[in-house]
Amino acid sequence: MNDRAETAIVFEDVHKWYGKVHVLRGLSLTVARGERLVICGPSGSGKSTMIRCINRLERHEKGRILVENTELSDEPRALAAIRREVGMVFQSFNLFPHLSVLDNCTLAPIRVRGLARADAEARAMEYLKRVRIPEQARKYPPQLSGGQQQRVAIARALCMQPKIMLFDEPTSALDPEMVREVLDVMIELAETGMTMLCVTHEMGFARRVADRVLFMDQGEIVESGPPQDIFDRPRAARLRVFLDQILHHG
Amino acid sequence: MNARRLVSPLVTLALVLILADVAWHFFSWAIWHAVWTLPENASHAPNTDLCRAALGHGACWPVIKEKFRFILFGFYPYDEQWRPALVILCFVVLFGLSLAPRWWRPSLLLVWVVAFALIGVLMWGGVLGLAFVAEDQWGGLPITLILATLGLAAAFPLAILVALARRAEGLPVIRLLAVAYVELIRGVPLISLLFMSSVMLPLFLPPAWDIDKLIRAQLAFVLFAGAYLAEVVRAGLAALPRGQYEAAAALGLSYAQSTRLIILPQALRQVIPMLVNTFIGFFKDTSLVLIIGIFDLMTTGRTATLEPAWQGFGNEVYLLLAAIYFAFCFIMARISRTLERRLAAPHRNIEEPA
Ligand SMILES: Nc1ncnc2c1ncn2[C@@H]1O[C@H](COP(=O)(O)OP(=O)(O)O)[C@@H](O)[C@H]1O
Ligand SMILES: [Mg+2]
Repeated sequence: MNDRAETAIVFEDVHKWYGKVHVLRGLSLTVARGERLVICGPSGSGKSTMIRCINRLERHEKGRILVENTELSDEPRALAAIRREVGMVFQSFNLFPHLSVLDNCTLAPIRVRGLARADAEARAMEYLKRVRIPEQARKYPPQLSGGQQQRVAIARALCMQPKIMLFDEPTSALDPEMVREVLDVMIELAETGMTMLCVTHEMGFARRVADRVLFMDQGEIVESGPPQDIFDRPRAARLRVFLDQILHHG
Repeated sequence: MNARRLVSPLVTLALVLILADVAWHFFSWAIWHAVWTLPENASHAPNTDLCRAALGHGACWPVIKEKFRFILFGFYPYDEQWRPALVILCFVVLFGLSLAPRWWRPSLLLVWVVAFALIGVLMWGGVLGLAFVAEDQWGGLPITLILATLGLAAAFPLAILVALARRAEGLPVIRLLAVAYVELIRGVPLISLLFMSSVMLPLFLPPAWDIDKLIRAQLAFVLFAGAYLAEVVRAGLAALPRGQYEAAAALGLSYAQSTRLIILPQALRQVIPMLVNTFIGFFKDTSLVLIIGIFDLMTTGRTATLEPAWQGFGNEVYLLLAAIYFAFCFIMARISRTLERRLAAPHRNIEEPA
């Protein structure tokens, strides 16, 4: 597990404060290549902050984070290299509304990876097929439904052919009937062996794809283990309360 | 409801009557009782007695015929006035081209640069066998068009840089400079900036830097317009959701790439109406250069009726000035409308999922 070649992400005693609020309290974690990690926990427990530290949308203030064996710092080259290899899907999609679906998908491969437009478009169409909306390629994001937009967002991230994919509550902004179509795409992606970190409360999804589930509360990892242990044999009292809540209140 | 049914036609009727009355008076002054031609006196100048007799109830249109070259070109040497005339044509063609979406491509920028070089050659001369004409002899409409167009063309990029600087996290000095610039310039009337540029600036600069009054006014104008436009651009930037910056960064785009490809295109299209509003305001504000003795269109218009024979016929001249200003502002408004329509974000149209 600690073999460098097999390690995708390492957190070593990572801390973060927002002003005086201590939001990450000494996280330590190793994610193996190809591992599928689901992170859950109550709102405000620091899940987004943790996952956003991985591509430095947030900066940690203490400790070390290694991504693909490169330490995260303010060094621009290292950061650029890491962001090329880490794709992210947001709760609110964050597609570029002024660009067509196709252009959303080809922008970064052309500008960041230096692909020729024709190659980038071929690749984009391939991933749009994988997320099952190739026919929407010429439309603009505001013309699509939420579920379609989120699938475009997944395709956009995949077009960079990242080694790691981060998902921050990808289905919580969706109407219930659209959750399925997005989860199906994510399950298929998990089957390709992609390293995935996914913040979600979709227990069915976690049981099906997760190698490991982390339960976070108040900036700490309270418990971690295979999904059946976490969901069926929770040890920590906080986890039991949390599971009770999501089981009984959606 | 009943009251409204009764009042509404009455108001309409009253408005129609008032408008008809105004229109009738204008028509009577501008056409019915207007003087169209004047006899010449002994020295072959028009005899304005006829106009003077009609003063107050009939327009004196010969003043326009007599003065329009001075109004348009000021003290530019009479025999060389075809050059500023060509310059005006240049501007009209430029604006016309920019109005048509099918010309919107990067080479249009090149056209602008070439056009401005051409305008410089035509106005100054001194090359290609054209006689040199110094800036203090320029006047009229070309001055107004140059001040406004060149001013806004320089102020707009400046405004974008300042607006971006104001939001630069982690660069407190740059940020402070941008805030200081905007607040200082906004807190001062344009007139005092123009005075400073024409009177005070030469005191501070070494004599070798003796740049012309017109160029100094142009600089003051760029600084002033830049500060206002920067605030408009900033409003556009502030309206953009954080997620757009984050998605661009997460994809690995650099700051420059994300600004150019993601942030500015969205931020600017949000504020096109406000931008054009500011453009139009500044186009008309160029008339303030009259207070530092630059002969722009407004100044030549005022000066035209100072000659004793033509005193009192300012209304006719001001109508002409208004028509010219209106024509150019109208073009800008049209460009704005076209831009807004062309760049409008595609709207959500709900449809059956495929
Ligand atoms: N930009 C911010 N400024 C200040 N506090 C923040 C900011 N973002 C998040 N927080 C706080 O940090 C804590 C963790 O937030 P977050 O990581 O978003 O939690 P989660 O994703 O688990 O709901 C919360 O208490 C939240 O209020
Ligand atoms: Mg969150």
